[in-house]
Amino acid sequence: MATQHSRSVARLMMAPAVVLLLGWMLVPLTMTLYFSFKKYLPLRGGDLGWVGFDNYIRFVSSSSFWPAVQATLTIVGGVLIITVILGVLLAMLLDQPMWGQGVVRILVIAPFFVMPTVSALVWKNMFMDPVNGLLAHLWRFFGAEPVSWLSEASMTSIIMIVSWQWLPFATLILLTAIQSLDSEQLEAAEMDGAPPLKRFFHIILPHLSRAITIVILIQTIFLLSIFAEIFVTTGGAFGTRTLTYLIFQRVLESQNVGLGSAGGVYAIILANIVAIFLMRIVGKNLDA
Amino acid sequence: MARAVTSRRKTLNTALAWAVGLLIFFPILWTILTSFKTEAQAIASPPLFLNFDWTLENYAIVQERSDYMRFLWNSVIIAGGSTILGVIIAVPAAWAMAFVPSKRTKDILLWMLSTKMLPAVGVLYPIYLLFIQLGLLDTRGGLVVVLMLINLPIIVWMLYTYFREIPGEILEAARMDGATLKEEILYVLTPMAVPGIASTVLLNFILAWNEAFWTLNLTAVDAAPLTAFIASYSSPEGLFFAKLSAASTMAIAPILILGWFSQKQLVRGLTFGAVK
Repeated sequence: MATQHSRSVARLMMAPAVVLLLGWMLVPLTMTLYFSFKKYLPLRGGDLGWVGFDNYIRFVSSSSFWPAVQATLTIVGGVLIITVILGVLLAMLLDQPMWGQGVVRILVIAPFFVMPTVSALVWKNMFMDPVNGLLAHLWRFFGAEPVSWLSEASMTSIIMIVSWQWLPFATLILLTAIQSLDSEQLEAAEMDGAPPLKRFFHIILPHLSRAITIVILIQTIFLLSIFAEIFVTTGGAFGTRTLTYLIFQRVLESQNVGLGSAGGVYAIILANIVAIFLMRIVGKNLDA
Repeated sequence: MARAVTSRRKTLNTALAWAVGLLIFFPILWTILTSFKTEAQAIASPPLFLNFDWTLENYAIVQERSDYMRFLWNSVIIAGGSTILGVIIAVPAAWAMAFVPSKRTKDILLWMLSTKMLPAVGVLYPIYLLFIQLGLLDTRGGLVVVLMLINLPIIVWMLYTYFREIPGEILEAARMDGATLKEEILYVLTPMAVPGIASTVLLNFILAWNEAFWTLNLTAVDAAPLTAFIASYSSPEGLFFAKLSAASTMAIAPILILGWFSQKQLVRGLTFGAVK
């Protein structure tokens, strides 16, 4: 009877969080679905009736769709490769005995706490400005012609900025995972004469595989929806218009809500494909 | 002999790690340094590192011209309000899931997590429209609610993982001694849960402070927090590196300090307990 009672109390305690999240998910999602089947132009005639799958077809057949997919994949892929590789190396370095480990850790993690608009603007102006930026000074120092980063090498620039923001996250998680590695196993391998590269590929990397998977999945979900970094640097110009940015422009800038909503549904489906894999890992961990 | 090698290796590690650490930190350091220069010194060629006339005038100008304190206050209210509201709603839920688990607990937790995966841009217009109709556009209250909702799954998750580490026997013992549910929560559970709740509050305050999709799209003037304030520097007029740096330094300083305290909780909070 006590359990019966505590169960209903428990249900009551969960109710506010569950109801709020249910509303937060269902209401906007239903509205997005509803708009995606309509020709809806708030500033030019409003609701112009049902159009079936017209918006879905128009969104993918518009000339800006494939470039946006390409931009999205380039940014996500580029940042993932950089942050995971450098993250593993950095985590291994930070795991070594050294003086001032705590301070170095703080230095490495700091970029993660910088708000996206600040890091984008600081990079854009103080580092990537073709006249006064620090990189331009550096280029001139070595006798090279300064680069107009955000217009000539726009994709590289965005990937650099976002990688700088996310490297700390990858490093921190991989460092946590490395620290749980049994050091006796490594020492035994060393005693048996296994060279460093072999130790890395046969002991360290397999041990990190789960953490790397988690880093990739979580970062993918966040990277698919980066916004501020593009908003304040290129504004979607020079080939940096990602899917997220394209939808934002359709919805708020050109106020073509039907079309933008269809794009939104695509974005939701895309994110869910990634999310399913992440949820499996997290779910397994819950049972343990 | 062996000791000498180790010591040399340690020196090498230290040098390398510090070099890499300083390189990664450099953009932040450079921003802080530039904020103390005059505009002319900020763009001097070759760049000045420490040999300039330190000045605080940029900070004064930023405050005077754009009323920095108002944006700061908005950030504090929005990040603080959404975190406090979120914790109030999440503590009972996480408590129930951790101590009265049922068959469905895991499903509910995973479902909550899935709402966090919803791309914001997919629901941008509905939220925008609801905000207009409810008169919430450009209000701090509206942003408090939205940021609370997007962070609620993380708050519930973090609290859940902390609560689960509290041994259930202690609660049973309290119950045996005749403690009521209220007393159990107030006098037994809360003291043990405080560190976990504090970490959760800290991390979510940081996440809300730095949130830059909804804060940029749902504010204009009145409720604009620091993220939007900084974004307004993206179309500059004239010399502005030093002022941009001063504004940036003020926007990130509080969070850098809080962040250093929360680095351990960061892993738990952002991987949903999958990496500890």
